[in-house]
Amino acid sequence: MSAQSLTNATLRAEGLPRRRAMNRLMEALAWLAAAAAVGLLVLIVWSVAVRGASQLNLDLLTKTPSSGFLATGKQGLANAFAGTLVIVAVATLMALPTGILIAVYLIEFARPAVRNFVSLVLDVLNGVPAIVIGIFVYGLFVLGHGQSALAGSFALACLMLPLVARSTMEVLVLVPSSLREAGLGLGVPRWRTTLSIVLPQTIGGIVTGTTLAVARVAGETAPLLFTSSIVGTQLHWNPHHALQTVPVAIFELSESADPQDHARAWAAALILLLFILFASLGARWLATRNRRRLSTSR
Amino acid sequence: MSAADLTTDTTRRPLSGRRVHFGDLTLQTVAGVAALAAVVLVGLIVWKLITGAEPAIARFGIHFVTRVAWNPVVGREIFGAGSFLFGTALTSLLALALATPLAIGVALFLSELAPRVLQAPVTALVETLAAVPSVVIGLWGIYVLGPILQRHVEPALHSALGFIPLFGPASTSGPSIFTAIVVLTMMILPIVASITRELFLSVPRELKEGALALGTTRWEMVRGVVFPYARGGLAAALILGLGRAVGEAIAVTQVIGGGVAIHLNLFSTGDTLASKIASSYQGAATNLETHSLIYLGLILLVFSLVANLSAQWIVHRVARAHGAGLNRGGLG
Repeated sequence: MSAQSLTNATLRAEGLPRRRAMNRLMEALAWLAAAAAVGLLVLIVWSVAVRGASQLNLDLLTKTPSSGFLATGKQGLANAFAGTLVIVAVATLMALPTGILIAVYLIEFARPAVRNFVSLVLDVLNGVPAIVIGIFVYGLFVLGHGQSALAGSFALACLMLPLVARSTMEVLVLVPSSLREAGLGLGVPRWRTTLSIVLPQTIGGIVTGTTLAVARVAGETAPLLFTSSIVGTQLHWNPHHALQTVPVAIFELSESADPQDHARAWAAALILLLFILFASLGARWLATRNRRRLSTSR
Repeated sequence: MSAADLTTDTTRRPLSGRRVHFGDLTLQTVAGVAALAAVVLVGLIVWKLITGAEPAIARFGIHFVTRVAWNPVVGREIFGAGSFLFGTALTSLLALALATPLAIGVALFLSELAPRVLQAPVTALVETLAAVPSVVIGLWGIYVLGPILQRHVEPALHSALGFIPLFGPASTSGPSIFTAIVVLTMMILPIVASITRELFLSVPRELKEGALALGTTRWEMVRGVVFPYARGGLAAALILGLGRAVGEAIAVTQVIGGGVAIHLNLFSTGDTLASKIASSYQGAATNLETHSLIYLGLILLVFSLVANLSAQWIVHRVARAHGAGLNRGGLG
């Protein structure tokens, strides 16, 4: 009996056809799961696009929702778009510098034990549910001073902070030591080396991380429900008052009984979704480009 | 990024020595204060929720956690988290049970099966699913998913599996616990899938190739090499997915319907801890109700802390075990 036929016989004894069939079944299931995940995204985007596109018009961005029974036709959500703009911008102003400084401290200065501890704290903060951040800020500011866009911004900043810090840390470690050594060797003090040689190398990564963080919080509803949701229908820009936002507006319109409101909810959802999809896919594209550049320059 | 990489680098360490540049000290201090602020922030969150819930804790004690009641009528006020805890457990565990096999399938596809051209785009699309705002998923859940489930899926499940208490009579109105479970499944799928994918990609190539060279099929290689290697990390991924499902408020509020009762029928309405808080945003009837809502938040916070810390702990242990395993392999 030759070796060849011996192996064949053993394989048959172990049920090769059955094993192959099992393998094929499992591979098919994995393909199916991936198709389902992608299909879900397509399904959501498609149904929002179909329902929202027919309602899209300039009035949505320029008109405010008129209150009362006289509401007719031309209604928009200008106040919500303005509010989201203000609240997210202020949140970014709070979280961006703090997040970058945290990353600089952890990567450039901190002892390993401190770095590990603060990283763990950032992970924990990242895991705190958005609704809990909402009632935290409610207890911190709103109970004493009432709702305001600033309180909403602070809540969103709490969500952005770990994202910005984490992404900045990830690019800071990629900056080669030779750059620091070159700076220090030329007699440049460490703070200037850090701020004007090391940090500029990470701009791309910071922009990516911030864009992803902005995309994440622009769609957040839960932290704003308790901090900036009791609002009128007028257009305001003052962050000391509660401002309407796009996610909160969608949330309220979706629970309304009036089909007109649902139509506006779909249109607003389409705009929000498009913004978030472009921002996160754009950031992802930037990230791969940057990583390639940083790793080749090494 | 490992701690060892960084400490060998003398350009990255705390300032030391007698001659410290003023600017260096300033930068280190300012950056250090920012890092301290993050730690203080987490402490402040815990403290604010404890003090905010304090009156409710004083009034109802630990029994609040198990009591099934939510009556804000002045004079007969009584609050408890029992039904919400049950709703949270029911929705998030079932969502995790549905999402896990799907997520593992997606991860296997991306790490082992996908043709090169599909790898990057499918990975990006799956992660984009996680970026869809929950309020948009909720809107979709109310007007697209809910009616489909109510008209087609729920009656079919009831007539086929009606003997199981979970599959009671189909809902007559739109919202149901079942819709919430499906929505949550969609929301945690991308998170669990992307962590799992990274785990599977971290399995050493020589182990996989070794198994294939021994004549295993690809599935046998996955079962014999990939799963055991990724087991610890997979547990952490599932805990993180569970944490996300437990904390999701908006989309669940939109589709679950509300109510204070413990029942197993998935096709009826219910509430979770997070959805109860979110749906009460327009103001509690009394101060005691406000404090009780914060108490619910405190329970959520404690859960998220425990979930995150245990996931981190598992990841840490797994990393150490794998490091040791590789070293042993290197010596032998």
